[in-house]
Amino acid sequence: MNKKQSGINISKFAKEGILTNNPILIQILGTCPTLATTTTVINGIGMGISAAAVLIFSNLLISLLRKFIPKQVRIAAYVVVIAGFVTIVEMLLKAYIPALDKSLGLFIPLIVVNCIILARAEAFASKNDPVSSVLDGVFMGIGFTIALFLLATIREVLGAGTFMGLELFPVEFAVKIIVSPAGAFISLGILIAAFKSITAIIDKKAKKGEAEK
Amino acid sequence: MGEIFMIMIAAVLTENFVFSKFLGICPFLGVSDKPSTAFGMGMAVTFVMTLSSVVTWIVYNFILVQYNLEYLRTIAFILIIAALVQFIEMFMKKYVPALYQALGIYLPLITTNCAVLGAAIINIDNGYSLINAIIYGAFSAIGFTLAIVIFAGVRERINFASPPAIFKGVPISLVAAGLLAMAFAGFQGIEIV
Repeated sequence: MNKKQSGINISKFAKEGILTNNPILIQILGTCPTLATTTTVINGIGMGISAAAVLIFSNLLISLLRKFIPKQVRIAAYVVVIAGFVTIVEMLLKAYIPALDKSLGLFIPLIVVNCIILARAEAFASKNDPVSSVLDGVFMGIGFTIALFLLATIREVLGAGTFMGLELFPVEFAVKIIVSPAGAFISLGILIAAFKSITAIIDKKAKKGEAEK
Repeated sequence: MGEIFMIMIAAVLTENFVFSKFLGICPFLGVSDKPSTAFGMGMAVTFVMTLSSVVTWIVYNFILVQYNLEYLRTIAFILIIAALVQFIEMFMKKYVPALYQALGIYLPLITTNCAVLGAAIINIDNGYSLINAIIYGAFSAIGFTLAIVIFAGVRERINFASPPAIFKGVPISLVAAGLLAMAFAGFQGIEIV
């Protein structure tokens, strides 16, 4: 019985985090790192995983502490918890993957003010038990990473003619503006619009299926 | 003097926080609906960013560096900014109620504005002196204000347009922001020596 219930829960969390409540494509949170780090696929994935790691651990700790944190200072407490984990991630990256740390630069410390993490702490972890908070963190993190991966793939392939550093076609045929800041805004806009139309089609099919039943 | 002038121009135009550094996009997309509110938000950010540039610079160089605690930079800076915003809010409420009426509602949002923390960190990473840090903080915020005020004007027009249904809302705003970013990219052609 218990097993079955947790199975249902996981698929619900997965659907929420990746599709119906995707942090970037639906909630439009965390746009700054999304636009800034998706010039190459490697950077995008690196940013996604770093932020996801902070999100999972901060969700866990905040959920464990939810009965001890006084309501009036909760935001400050969340920020301290998040900043602590960001510092850990920052130091680990500096020690083990210095190249990634260098290319992400400013945006690693800026995970502290990433709205997704604070929003999940406030909206979910502060009200739920540790296990579901971790699951929420995992799938929100995956949703965030997938969105970054999609945008980074579009931008790297079209803008530089490479995918994860492998050359797909000569750089002369690449649309260079897509790698520039202007291209970042435009391609994210188009990606969100495309995602909207896909989820609208899925919704329609689900409703049709229900009606037929 | 030349260096200061260069920092000013770079912060406002060529390396605009919103359009080339991607800092402060959340308030940029969220708040800017009317030019007047966008201007209020921009002024509040300018105020906080200038002050926080000073305080974080002093704390980093005179406390963290002295005791080899550089790795605590992120935690220290975010706490300083949060405390500073709270303090400014209380101070304004008591002594400058007129200003509080105008800017008060934007202040709580500023703590999680990545532009403020971003400016503090860039000041340290670039190794600016205190004066340069103040100039950089203030003028980046002015660049941010410029961006959100212009964009609020664009947004007013978008509200009357009828884009395809799936582009309504954020997607069309992002595309418009992209076009504005292209205009700002034009400033990068200006070389300042």
